[in-house]
Amino acid sequence: MITRSEMSQLLLGRLSWDAIPFHEPILLWTFVAVSLGGAALLGAITYYRLWGVLWRDWFTSIDHKKIGIMYVVLGLVMLLRGFADALMMRLQQAVAFGGSLGYLPPHHYDQIFTAHGVIMIFFVAMPLVTGLMNFVVPLQIGARDVAFPFLNNFSFWMTTFGAGLVMLSLFVGEFARTGWLAYPPLSGIASSPDVGVDYYIWSLQIAGVGTLLSGINLIATIIKMRAPGMTLMKMPVFTWTALCTNILIVAAFPVLTAVLVLLSLDRYLGTSFFTNDLGGNAMMYVNLIWIWGHPEVYILILPAFGVFSEVVSTFCGKRLFGYASMVYATVVITILSYLVWLHHFFTMGSGASVNSFFGITTMIISIPTGAKIFNWLFTMYRGRIRFELPMLWTLGFMITFVIGGMTGVLLAVPPADFVLHNSLFLVAHFHNVIIGGVLFGMLAGINYWFPKAFGYRLDPFWGKCSFWFWTIGFYFAFMPLYVLGLMGVTRRLNHFEDPSLQIWFQLAAFGAVLILLGIGSLIMQLLVSYLRRESLRDTTGDPWDGRTLEWSTSSPPPAYNFAFTPRVYDNDTWADMKKSHYRRPREGFIPIHMPRNTGAGFVIAALCAACGFALIWHMWLPAAVTFVAMLVATIAHTCNYDRDFYIPADEVARVESARTRVMAAAHV
Amino acid sequence: MLLVIVPVIALTLLFAWRYRKSNTRATYAPDWDHSTQLELVIWAAPLLIIIALGAVTWISTHTLDPYRPLRKADAAHPRSAEVTVAATVKPLTVEVVALDWKWLFIYPEQGIAVVNDLAAPVDVPITFKITASAVMNSFYVPALAGQIYAMPGMQTQLHAVINHAGDYEGFSANYSGAGFSDMRFKFHGMTASDFARWVATAQASAQALDRDGYLQLEQPSEHDPIRRYAKVSPGLFAAIVDRSLAGHQRIAARMTPVAAREPR
Repeated sequence: MITRSEMSQLLLGRLSWDAIPFHEPILLWTFVAVSLGGAALLGAITYYRLWGVLWRDWFTSIDHKKIGIMYVVLGLVMLLRGFADALMMRLQQAVAFGGSLGYLPPHHYDQIFTAHGVIMIFFVAMPLVTGLMNFVVPLQIGARDVAFPFLNNFSFWMTTFGAGLVMLSLFVGEFARTGWLAYPPLSGIASSPDVGVDYYIWSLQIAGVGTLLSGINLIATIIKMRAPGMTLMKMPVFTWTALCTNILIVAAFPVLTAVLVLLSLDRYLGTSFFTNDLGGNAMMYVNLIWIWGHPEVYILILPAFGVFSEVVSTFCGKRLFGYASMVYATVVITILSYLVWLHHFFTMGSGASVNSFFGITTMIISIPTGAKIFNWLFTMYRGRIRFELPMLWTLGFMITFVIGGMTGVLLAVPPADFVLHNSLFLVAHFHNVIIGGVLFGMLAGINYWFPKAFGYRLDPFWGKCSFWFWTIGFYFAFMPLYVLGLMGVTRRLNHFEDPSLQIWFQLAAFGAVLILLGIGSLIMQLLVSYLRRESLRDTTGDPWDGRTLEWSTSSPPPAYNFAFTPRVYDNDTWADMKKSHYRRPREGFIPIHMPRNTGAGFVIAALCAACGFALIWHMWLPAAVTFVAMLVATIAHTCNYDRDFYIPADEVARVESARTRVMAAAHV
Repeated sequence: MLLVIVPVIALTLLFAWRYRKSNTRATYAPDWDHSTQLELVIWAAPLLIIIALGAVTWISTHTLDPYRPLRKADAAHPRSAEVTVAATVKPLTVEVVALDWKWLFIYPEQGIAVVNDLAAPVDVPITFKITASAVMNSFYVPALAGQIYAMPGMQTQLHAVINHAGDYEGFSANYSGAGFSDMRFKFHGMTASDFARWVATAQASAQALDRDGYLQLEQPSEHDPIRRYAKVSPGLFAAIVDRSLAGHQRIAARMTPVAAREPR
C-alpha cells in the first residue's frame, strides 16, 4: 500500500505553497500586475473572438512567414522581461553604496542577473535571429516554405515553452543563482540544492531542441530548395550568413544538450562528472559549455551581419562591394569560432603557450570581421544613400560595433585579460557587440522586412526616436562600465564600499532609462504604424527598391510565396529582373502543393514543458505520465498522413489577379 | 588598433554625408562592386596589425605568465639588469584557500594562518598556491598582480611581488554565491620589520588551525572578521587540495592525488 504522504510525494514532489513567493513584495506585485495584464489580454482575445483565428491561422500554422513573425513577437516580449531585469540591476548598483545594501538582497539579485543573461541570449536574441531567418530565407531563395514545415512549427513551440518555463520560475519557486552559464560546483546539488538550476536546465534543454531542429531545417532548406540558377555564389548574403549560422547551430547545440544532460545526471542521479569529489572535475563543464558558448555568439552575430549587408546594398542603391570576400569572411568566421573557446578562461591556469594560442586565434577573427566592415564602407562609397530606418541602425552599428571589436581584441591579449577578466570592462564589451551588433541588426532587419510581412512600413518618427534613445542610451549605459572595469570593478557585485564609484553607476542607470525610452518608442512605433497603416501602406511589394527575391512578391506574400518559381541569373536577382523589365506572369497558373496546418507541434511541445516542470519539482508520477504522453503524441503524429493539400489553380489566379489590380490602381 | 578604428568611424561618417541621396553632385556608381587592390588592402591591413599584435601577445603572455617564477625585480627597478631575485632573496610562500565566503591564507614557512588578511614584505617575491573549498572564486589583488582562479580539488599558482609598502584591496573576481560581494580582504605591503611584527601577532594568537577547526571554518559564513592562528596542522593545504579531509568523500584507493595533477 502506498501511504497518503508517499502518494503526494509522487504527485507533487517538492512543490508546496512555500514555493510561491508571497513573502517577496517585488515578486508579489509583479505577479499581480502580470495576472491583471494577462487576464485583460485573454479577456480581450475572448471578447473579440480571436481564439479560433489565433489557433487556426497562427498557433497551428506551418507557414514559415507566420512562424517567423511569431518568433519575433516572442523575442520582443521576452526583451521586456530581460530588460526589466536589467533596469532592476542598474538601479540596485546605483544605490547600494557605503552602508546601503540596496533594495535587492543577494538571493533575489543573483537570480535577476542570471535570468537576465539567460533570457537575453536564449529567449530574445535567438528568437529574433531565428525569426528573421525563418521569414526571410525561403523568400530570398525563391522557395515556397522551409524543407520541414511541421518541424518548424514544433521548433517554435519548443523555444516558446522553454521561455514559458523561465517565466514560470518567477512565480513558482525560483530561478538559478549561478550566473548565466551555471558553472559547477556552484550549480551542483551541494551548492544549489533548490529548483533554480533545474529550471535553468530544463528550459534550456527544451528550447535547445527547438533551436537544433530549426537549424537542421534551415540548412536543408538552403541547400536543397534554392530557385534554379541560384548557385551558392549567387545566394544573397543574408542567406549565406543564415547558412553558416545554422551550421554552427547544428554543430554547437548538441554540446550544450550533452553538457546539460551531464549536469542533470550529477544533480538527479548523484553521478560525479563535475563534482569536487569522486573524480569529478568542473573544468570539463567550463570547457564544454564554452565550446558551445563561443560559437553561440557567432550564431547571433552572423545573421546580423547578413542584415547589414542587405540593408547597405539596398539603401545605397548599389551592388554589395566585395560579395566574394564577404562570403569568405563569413565562412572563415564560422570555422574560427570553434578555435577560440579557451579565451573565456585564460585565468584558470592554462599555460602561457595555450593561452597565447587561443589569444591569437581570437585576434585572427577580427581580420575577416574587419574585412566585412570595410566592405560595407566601400558599398557606401559612390552610392546614393537613403537614410531610412534600417540604414540608420546600420550606421549606428558600424560606429558602435568597431569599438566593441577593439575592446574584444584587447581582452584577447591574455596579460590584459588577467586584469580585466570578469570585470565590468568585459560586461561593457559583450553588451557593446551584442547590443551594437546583434540587437541593432535585428532592429534594422525588423524595420527593413516589416513592410514585406505586413504590407505597410513602420512609422519613421517613432522609429527615429527609438534609434536615438537606444544609441545614446547604450553609450551612457556602457561607457561608464568600461571605465569602472578599468578601475578593477568586478561584475555581479550586489553592493559596493567605495563611494567614489557611485557616480559611474548612476550614469549607467541613466543610460538604462534612456534605453527604456528606446524600447517604449519601439512599442509606440509598432502601435502608431498599425493605426496609420493605410497611409503607410505599400502596394508594390517593393517599398525600398530592393535587390533580392523577397521584394519581387507581394506584401504580405501569398501563402505560396511565388506563383511560379523564379529563375536566377545574378546575385542581386530582383535588381537584375527589374533592370531587364521583368513582367509578372498573369496566366497559366497551376495548382500549388502545400503543407497542411497541424496542432501536433504545440501539443508535443506543451507535453515536453509539462514533463520538464514535473522533473524540476521531482514529481515523478506526472513526469512519467507526460513523458509517455509526449511519446504517444509524437508517434500519433507520425501516423498522420494527411499532411498536404493543393492550392487550386483558380485560387492562385484569383490571388495573383487581385495583386495585378492593386498594382495597376497604384500606378494610376 | 586605433589605426583601423578611427579611420573606419571617420570614413563611415564621411561617406554617409558625402553620398547622401540629396547630394546629386557626388559620383554614383551603382555597379561598382569589386576592386582587387582595395580588397587586398582591407584584408592585408588588419592581417599585418594582427601579426604584430600576435607577436606581442606571444611574448607578453610568456613573460607575464603567473606560473613563471619572477626573475627580475620587476616594476620598481624595470631597467635593472636581470637581478635574479630567487638567488638573492628567498621567496615567500603563501597558500590561499577560497572558502564560502572568506579567504584563508596559510604561511607554511611561518607556521601561521590568517583569515581575510594578507601581508607580504616589499621586494620579496611571493609564490601563491591557490585552491578553494567548495566553489570557484578568483583570487585578485589588482595592485599586486593579475587574477587567477581558485578552484576546489585543483591548485593554481601565482608569482608576484609588491614594491611599495601600503594597504591594498583584495577580493574575489568570480561570482561564487550569496556572500560573494563581501569576499574582500586587505593586502598589506610591509617593510621586513613590520612584516615580522605582523607574523609575530599571529604567532601570539591563542588559536591553532587543525583539521577539525578547518572543517568548521569551511562552513558558509559572511562578513568574517580577521582571524589569526598561531599554528597550522602540517599538510593541511595539501589535504584541502586533495580533498582527503574527513567529511570529504573521495575515491582514495586507485586515484592519483589531485594535487599531482595541477592544471598546467
